[in-house]
Amino acid sequence: MSLLATTIGAARAEGRAALIAYLPVGYPDVDASIAAMVGAVETGADVIEVGVPYSDPGMDGPVIQQAVDPAVRAGVGMRDVLRAVEAVAAAGAVPVVMSYWNPVERYGVQRFATDLAAAGGAGAITPDLIPEEAGEWLAAAEAADLDRVFLVAPSSTDARLRSTTAACRGFVYAASTMGTTGTRAAVSDTAEALVTRTRAVAPDLSVCVGLGVSNAEQAAEVASFADGVIVGSAYVRQLLDGAGPAGVRALSAQLAEGVRGGMPA
Amino acid sequence: MTTSAVSPPMDRLEPARPSWPDATGHFGVFGGRFVPEALIAALDELTEAYRAMRVDPAFLEEFARLQRDYTGRPSPITEVPRFAEHAGGARVLLKREDLNHTGSHKINNVLGQALLTKRIGKQRVIAETGAGQHGVATATAAALMGLSCTVYMGEEDTRRQALNVARMRLLGAEVIPVTTGSRTLKDAINEAFRDWVTNVETTNYVFGTVAGPHPFPEMVRDFQRVIGDEARAQVLEREGRLPDAVLACVGGGSNAIGVFTAFVPDEGVRLVGLEAGGDGVDTGRHAATITGGTPGVLHGARSYLLQDENGQTIESHSISAGLDYPGVGPEHSHLHDIGRAEYRAVTDAEAMEAFALLCRTEGIIPAIESAHALAGAMELGRELAGRVEDRQALLLVNLSGRGDKDVETASRWFGLGEHGAPTDEDDRAVEAGRGADPGPGLDTDQQPTEGAVSNDQAVAGQDAGGTA
Ligand SMILES: Cc1ncc(COP(=O)(O)O)c(C=O)c1O
Repeated sequence: MSLLATTIGAARAEGRAALIAYLPVGYPDVDASIAAMVGAVETGADVIEVGVPYSDPGMDGPVIQQAVDPAVRAGVGMRDVLRAVEAVAAAGAVPVVMSYWNPVERYGVQRFATDLAAAGGAGAITPDLIPEEAGEWLAAAEAADLDRVFLVAPSSTDARLRSTTAACRGFVYAASTMGTTGTRAAVSDTAEALVTRTRAVAPDLSVCVGLGVSNAEQAAEVASFADGVIVGSAYVRQLLDGAGPAGVRALSAQLAEGVRGGMPA
Repeated sequence: MTTSAVSPPMDRLEPARPSWPDATGHFGVFGGRFVPEALIAALDELTEAYRAMRVDPAFLEEFARLQRDYTGRPSPITEVPRFAEHAGGARVLLKREDLNHTGSHKINNVLGQALLTKRIGKQRVIAETGAGQHGVATATAAALMGLSCTVYMGEEDTRRQALNVARMRLLGAEVIPVTTGSRTLKDAINEAFRDWVTNVETTNYVFGTVAGPHPFPEMVRDFQRVIGDEARAQVLEREGRLPDAVLACVGGGSNAIGVFTAFVPDEGVRLVGLEAGGDGVDTGRHAATITGGTPGVLHGARSYLLQDENGQTIESHSISAGLDYPGVGPEHSHLHDIGRAEYRAVTDAEAMEAFALLCRTEGIIPAIESAHALAGAMELGRELAGRVEDRQALLLVNLSGRGDKDVETASRWFGLGEHGAPTDEDDRAVEAGRGADPGPGLDTDQQPTEGAVSNDQAVAGQDAGGTA
């Protein structure tokens, strides 16, 4: 049973999009990052993307790089990630691990799947793993009943949209623009077109949109055409600016209104 | 061409194409594509365009013309007997990629990729660079073909290779110092990928080595294999036989693959890749990826890499900016695993000894990268005691580049010129041999002339040019 599909489906039943919050494990330290994740859950995030710190995050912009770098240097690893997964599950949200591929491969693909399932994780988002290279992960995830979320992009051909969504379980991550993570002034209009194209080839799969969503207004806009709204850099910004768990809570509360189509007062 | 009973390899006129990679870029278990989906369309476009270009007679003619008239190919083979006295009695032949326009093998690949860029209708190229040689080559090709050019270079490397930064700027390229991570080549590659994914509609990424996602390892190999295709024919013609071993330094591995490829089917020829051993592989401060690393995924491909128990890339260390990279091309990982090539580490100190030796015995200042291959030849020659079976060993070394860019680094190492031998400025370097005397000046025959000093008053080599 897909934890992600169930949660996103429940949000849809309420007539709204799901709020998916990304936070990396280990910034400013492991405990504080877990506290921030729990804070986001308590103020309305449905799903937490539990970020695995990585030394070469090729898809990330400066904000996430800046937070992840000290976590890498501090030696934060999969053990800490699994602890965060447990904490998020205990707080009542669905944890999904977000990891570049090498940390998973190093930990052991089978072992990762087994331990992630045991910790209560829904599955994993793999930004630099395409289904063609994912044979071992797909088999391990299937055996452990885990979700696997791959990415589609504005540059994906229809044939790739079809093959990539066919390999997904839980949802498909639609990268709204051609570029890296980071906050942007406006949601790109390529996002809605990509969601429409993706739905056309995979009507039964939830489509969640990430890259560049940073405030309630943008969340509301994306919620009008997607099943889930993914916010990363804006959360991390709160921590980088020293606003701590309180800043994360305040942002989450606003975004939670946004995904319900509302604007904060 | 003559045929000889003892040298059946002479019958092979057409260069053979290796059976790898497969259609999706795998060399055995290595290679492939580990990149964000957003880049797949661009990589597919490059793969398609390259496959069509590779067999297009118009391209082949244009490429051959540029290599001949612009780069100056074929590069010669030079025998270096005075250097070889330090190689256990083996004979040493150098393949002179240092004589190419822009000073290294990097131009071979860049001309091919620049032509491909024009073919797919893009006006802007980006590149990463470590030593600056690939950046200079890319800036050169961009100037030649009217493309705009941005080069990403680790901030640390912009300092080590200031001459090449100036060259790129003179050629009209924008050089962006990269301040993330270790501020070296690996981080420059990350930044270049971020630029590419953002600007892919207008921009082509001219990758500098045989690493990265498919099709780069295959395409760069094909553009570089001219080194070995020429060298194999040149050695056969000169010697009537193949060399006993072919040696090349390995950073990402493009010059090594370039010289190895023609010889891969020649089973009697040892292929030896020399990795940067830095302060020594056992110190942990090195860039010897195959010798000291493990398989994993970095920069878009599965290959050996330097990583910790969490799968984080470990920062590499080498005196040579061009070898200071914690990854390596997937084809080398495959050649290693199937036992066709062997990989060894050469320390900074060993490389610099070979560097000084080639300067002083042959009048050739090599790139510090290439000096690693020279050190490997000295070691292998000694191991063989100069002989293979009943004849004198013949070693072919790829001299991948010239050392102009390294004069500053070498002067510091040897304590020449303005650089007094550094004593406590950098303790590790001193322990590793920096400040070592490159050897005495060789002018023992000098007669005093009017207005000049006599030999015994002459300044020692390492003090010369102090304030010039
Ligand atoms: C002269 C020279 N040789 C070798 C290298 C290493 O690259 P590769 O291993 O791809 O040949 C460089 C890289 O900058 C170089 O400048």
